[in-house]
Amino acid sequence: MQRRVTFDSRLLPYLLLAPQVAVTLVFFIWPAAQAIWQSVHLQDAFGIRSEFVWFENFTYVLSDPNYLDTLKTTVIFSVAVTVLAMGVALLLAVLADSKIKGARVYKTLLIWPYALAPAVAAVLWMFIFNPDIGSFGRALRAFGYDWDYRLNGGQALAMVILAASWKQVSYNFIFFLAGLQAIPRSVMEAASIDGAGPARRFWTITFPLLSPTTFFLLVVDMVYAFFETFGTIHALTQGGPGKATETLIFRVYQDGVVNNDLGGSSAQSVILMVIVIALTAVQFRFVERKVHYA
Amino acid sequence: MATVDIRNVRKSYGPVEAIKGIDIAIRDGEFLVLLGPSGCGKSTLLRMVAGLETITGGEVAIGGRVVNQLDPKDRDIAMVFQNYALYPHMTVFDNMAYGLKIRGLPKAEIRARVDKAAAILELGRFLDRRPSQLSGGQRQRVAMGRAIVREPAAFLFDEPLSNLDAKLRTQMRVEIKRLQDRLRITSLYVTHDQVEAMTLADRILVMNHGVAEQIGTPLEVYQRPASLFVAGFIGSPPMNVLDGRIDDRGEAVDLAGGIRLALPQPRLSDAGRAVKLGVRPEHLATADSGFAIEVELVEALGADTVVYGRLAGGESLLVRVAGLPTCRNGDRLTVAPPPDALHLFDAVTGRRLEG
Repeated sequence: MQRRVTFDSRLLPYLLLAPQVAVTLVFFIWPAAQAIWQSVHLQDAFGIRSEFVWFENFTYVLSDPNYLDTLKTTVIFSVAVTVLAMGVALLLAVLADSKIKGARVYKTLLIWPYALAPAVAAVLWMFIFNPDIGSFGRALRAFGYDWDYRLNGGQALAMVILAASWKQVSYNFIFFLAGLQAIPRSVMEAASIDGAGPARRFWTITFPLLSPTTFFLLVVDMVYAFFETFGTIHALTQGGPGKATETLIFRVYQDGVVNNDLGGSSAQSVILMVIVIALTAVQFRFVERKVHYA
Repeated sequence: MATVDIRNVRKSYGPVEAIKGIDIAIRDGEFLVLLGPSGCGKSTLLRMVAGLETITGGEVAIGGRVVNQLDPKDRDIAMVFQNYALYPHMTVFDNMAYGLKIRGLPKAEIRARVDKAAAILELGRFLDRRPSQLSGGQRQRVAMGRAIVREPAAFLFDEPLSNLDAKLRTQMRVEIKRLQDRLRITSLYVTHDQVEAMTLADRILVMNHGVAEQIGTPLEVYQRPASLFVAGFIGSPPMNVLDGRIDDRGEAVDLAGGIRLALPQPRLSDAGRAVKLGVRPEHLATADSGFAIEVELVEALGADTVVYGRLAGGESLLVRVAGLPTCRNGDRLTVAPPPDALHLFDAVTGRRLEG
């Protein structure tokens, strides 16, 4: 049964909606519109004149082999971050859900990283992985492993993936834990009486019942990996070495802010926007069908 | 099919002893009801038999095999939960087949067993549905089907009807009874509902504060309650309990207000003893002498009538008579029980005085 809320004043509902609408307008619709407008214009180097160029910016961007490399990096980065962040969070949540001593402390500690600014988190990771001053980085070198993410692109990518995932683990953890705790204990008990061991209980009962949570986190984590990891990459590697850790969002910044190619950068952000919208739509369309909502 | 033996079973949570040593041997095919108020430990006892709670002391044996250290899956039992505990993401068929698939039964065998159980429970039309598409009664039938297909040594029921409305509860109670007559599988059934206990049980174990107050057939428990607690718990409306004293010759009970009731047999050994006298409301009938009451409230239930009376000394007395009311508020009545309907309990311990 849906309840209809009625207001005495006709103005009140609009007034209540206004702040949300204002925020969306100022921080999303306006910049998005501006990006679209700029993506079909070409500006001169001093930003004085701009010229309408149809889809020239797009053809330029899409025919650039560097751009396709960046796209590949982004896919690797996003898939790895999503899988890693969700896998680790699920594992930790399952452990936290079982009866262990100090579970409360454990849960609280796991949530903390989420409160950290990306740049601060990145500095933290730098202190661990820096080959000269980082504890782990120096240890690796001491064992004879040639660790230097400033020179080795693969190592750099692995490091930003690790840092970006770590940041998202806490967020996923909260949701997974809540999802686990929403599964009635008696259902698990019934399964164990039916003869299912812990592993089978997890894969045949827990995991399917968690699917709404998993699906939600999949969408959120993909969007996170595409958009919100800029700070982490910027602080750790600036997209380097070479372009080894340059993702689409980082390239938008690089081309637009550093290289002053506003048209190209805007075209890229429009492409990025389309990719994320398409990805989310695909996830809702195809993955959600397999999701069971209790 | 198997016996279930519970030998001096105890359960402690830290220093708190929840179950203080329960002993009962459940016969093969017997239906035992664990009856008691909430918090008496009946569910805990059942969960210890299931293996969902550890056993602090004593032994549980199923089919002669001590199962204390076994996992639930190795105890060869099936359980029906109060909230059904169905797997919400599976169809009715898959819910029932889950345990059989795990045991690696051939597909045809699984199909046959589920179809048979579905036929018994009239679930055939619903096999492809999800639990969320079923009513409460249907869900509980699926939960029972899941237990039946396993053909376990024993069924455990944990308040299976408590989530159903009154009408459905009566209906399901009858179905369980029929099922039990047909399958004859050893069953432990936890409930706080005395009607379920009286109608379903071969024997009832009445529990209170982690102790077995009485073990007996439903009629034994009703006719010869072993303690004041059992007397008050079984029977509706509850038994009247009055303070009294057995006279010096052991022939009668003296009550407040000069009321004197003769005992069916003299009890010389109890002469002069302070007692609690119990009389069931349905055993009181109008008489020339006995309890003089003033009627305070009359509940007409149709088939019978409950009269709330008050004695001169201020104690209340319930009377239940068949048929429609014949008195009104403010009326004065005299009622008395037949001598063999008196229950005597020790005033201090609350235990029944036998004999």
